[in-house]
Amino acid sequence: MTDSKPVVLHRLTTDENPGALSLRGIRKTYADVVAVDGLDLEVAYGECFGLLGPNGAGKTTTIEICEGLTPADVGTVTLLGLTWETSPVELRHQIGIQLQQTEFPAKLTVEETLRLFRSFYRSGLSLDESTEQAQLEEKRSARVGRLSGGQKQRLAMACALVGNPKLLFLDEPTTGLDPQARRHLWDLVDQLKHAGRTIILTTHYMDEAERLCDRVAIMDHGRVIALGTPQQLIASVGGDHIVEFAVTGGAAGDGGVNPALLTAIPGIQSHRVDAGVHQLSVTEMHTTVPRIFSALREQGLHLSEFRTHSATLEDVFVGLTGRNLRDE
Amino acid sequence: MNNLEESSLYQLTITRFLLFLREPEAIFWVFLFPILLAVGLGIAFRNRPADVLQVAATTPQLTAALNRDKGLTASTMDEAQGTHELATGQILLLAIERPGGVTYKYDDTNPDAHTARLVADRAIQIASGQREALPAQNQLVHETGARYIDFVVPGLLGMNLMGSAMWGLGFSIVEARQKKLLKRMVASPMPRWQYLMSFLLSRLVMLVVEVVVFLGFARLVFGVPFRGSLWELGFLCVLTSLSFSTLGLLVASRAQTMEAASGLMNLVMLPMWILSGVFFSATRFPSVVQPIVRALPLTAAIDALRGNMLQGMNLSQQVAPVVILFAWLVVPFMVSLRIFRWR
Repeated sequence: MTDSKPVVLHRLTTDENPGALSLRGIRKTYADVVAVDGLDLEVAYGECFGLLGPNGAGKTTTIEICEGLTPADVGTVTLLGLTWETSPVELRHQIGIQLQQTEFPAKLTVEETLRLFRSFYRSGLSLDESTEQAQLEEKRSARVGRLSGGQKQRLAMACALVGNPKLLFLDEPTTGLDPQARRHLWDLVDQLKHAGRTIILTTHYMDEAERLCDRVAIMDHGRVIALGTPQQLIASVGGDHIVEFAVTGGAAGDGGVNPALLTAIPGIQSHRVDAGVHQLSVTEMHTTVPRIFSALREQGLHLSEFRTHSATLEDVFVGLTGRNLRDE
Repeated sequence: MNNLEESSLYQLTITRFLLFLREPEAIFWVFLFPILLAVGLGIAFRNRPADVLQVAATTPQLTAALNRDKGLTASTMDEAQGTHELATGQILLLAIERPGGVTYKYDDTNPDAHTARLVADRAIQIASGQREALPAQNQLVHETGARYIDFVVPGLLGMNLMGSAMWGLGFSIVEARQKKLLKRMVASPMPRWQYLMSFLLSRLVMLVVEVVVFLGFARLVFGVPFRGSLWELGFLCVLTSLSFSTLGLLVASRAQTMEAASGLMNLVMLPMWILSGVFFSATRFPSVVQPIVRALPLTAAIDALRGNMLQGMNLSQQVAPVVILFAWLVVPFMVSLRIFRWR
């Protein structure tokens, strides 16, 4: 029912110029679970690159291998032309890291936390610059324990940025934040992008990846199943729009639809059924939708639901795996 | 801008201080608790003239004979009443007149009752006409350094050094690991040794305050003696604190949760609270277990502190406990370096 060819689009880097980040043949196994299964990735300087996928897809393991926190079983990692084996200290100075679920000491103030992290780096931002960048000026002398979720996350970002890194890793930066705090953090990531920093982020929010990333890799079961710009990936679904409907009635009375009659309609790229809801990817809404209506009427079916939306990365994932992103 | 403020070791150490000072419970346990304990024990075990002992007799003649001794107060009651008061602890001894003699009814496992027996018998024998065979005189001494409070202050000091070093290091590290802060720290260019060193540095500064406050209090309020060199006493405190810090590091090197850490911590410390002679001499334990008792770091620490403070020993007379403490400093440190988990 699904057509799942990996979608690999243009390469931005070459072997001679390895870009900001390059992963070759990365594999990582925990006990009997394969977390990362043969991963190759190239990220160019100045790119905002997203690792997208459901929980357990191997995103965090992948990003921690890049960050030098987890060693890969097999494969090579090159960051900024350096490797963890030969230049660990240099790399620590040049990259910024925000981990999932770090709890900074609740009884330190924002200022004290930033001063501590700043002291680890040879060069970097002043306290004023960091607090301004993370929009925490008003909270400078507030205890970390009294910050909101969004403010804590901006503090984690500020700690990642305090050494003025060339390459920034953000692991699920907006998970657990309310919508307003998420948008606030997106604005911060936008600013960093425009300042020309290379950013690698993981997320399981498709809208976040579409909004922030220049390119995304969709991961599932430790592999990259699609790679490209959000627009390219959405176009790869075959249609700009998604039509969803459910029906009652019909010859057998069970709402059975003959899929061949639907896919014969010009403009319909694919058809799948999930829990009684039919999903069609459609290129030309205005000509195709009336034909869908008449095809269903001819089969004696009555529509009980009908809706359309523009295709998203969510539809790409569903199209590739047959599962919804947040199924697990 | 000065260089010190930009140094990561300085910032890490300052952070440790701030976190400690902002934890009121920690301040209580480290600074106030040992003083409260010393006050409590000092009051409970204060040296005072022996109490007047409560006794009883079955006849007025015996009662009068007993009351002639300043150490006794006696009353008259019948045997049934006396037996009841003995059982409820209101009197220590009942003297019962029998044909041709006297019977003392008392509990010989109670030291006070035992004393009452000796004093009462002497009083009754004297009343019956006995004379001293050999004239005797008393000369009284009240020696400082031989009192219970003098004995227990070095014990409490050792116990406090153990507690503050182990909790201070172990708990903070496990908390940082559980909150993924440890992982975040090693994701930065921070040199790892500085993180551990910041604990030892802040411990040393805190140690000065802790020891001076406690010993100053013991000196001013109880007049506890310091017979050995104060420099050597300082050295022993530093050595003790560092030994327990590395033991705390070892306990914290793998534990993933605070619950696991406190369980391990109590498992390590509880035997020492009992065996190492904080409240009574460790020599009271049977000789088969003595090698184990002697090898415990808290026993070595308390022996050395008592030797210095009470007996005025110098370090050359304390080689054994100092070597034991050094061993407890080096071995756990080496093991922790090998097995420590940063995440």
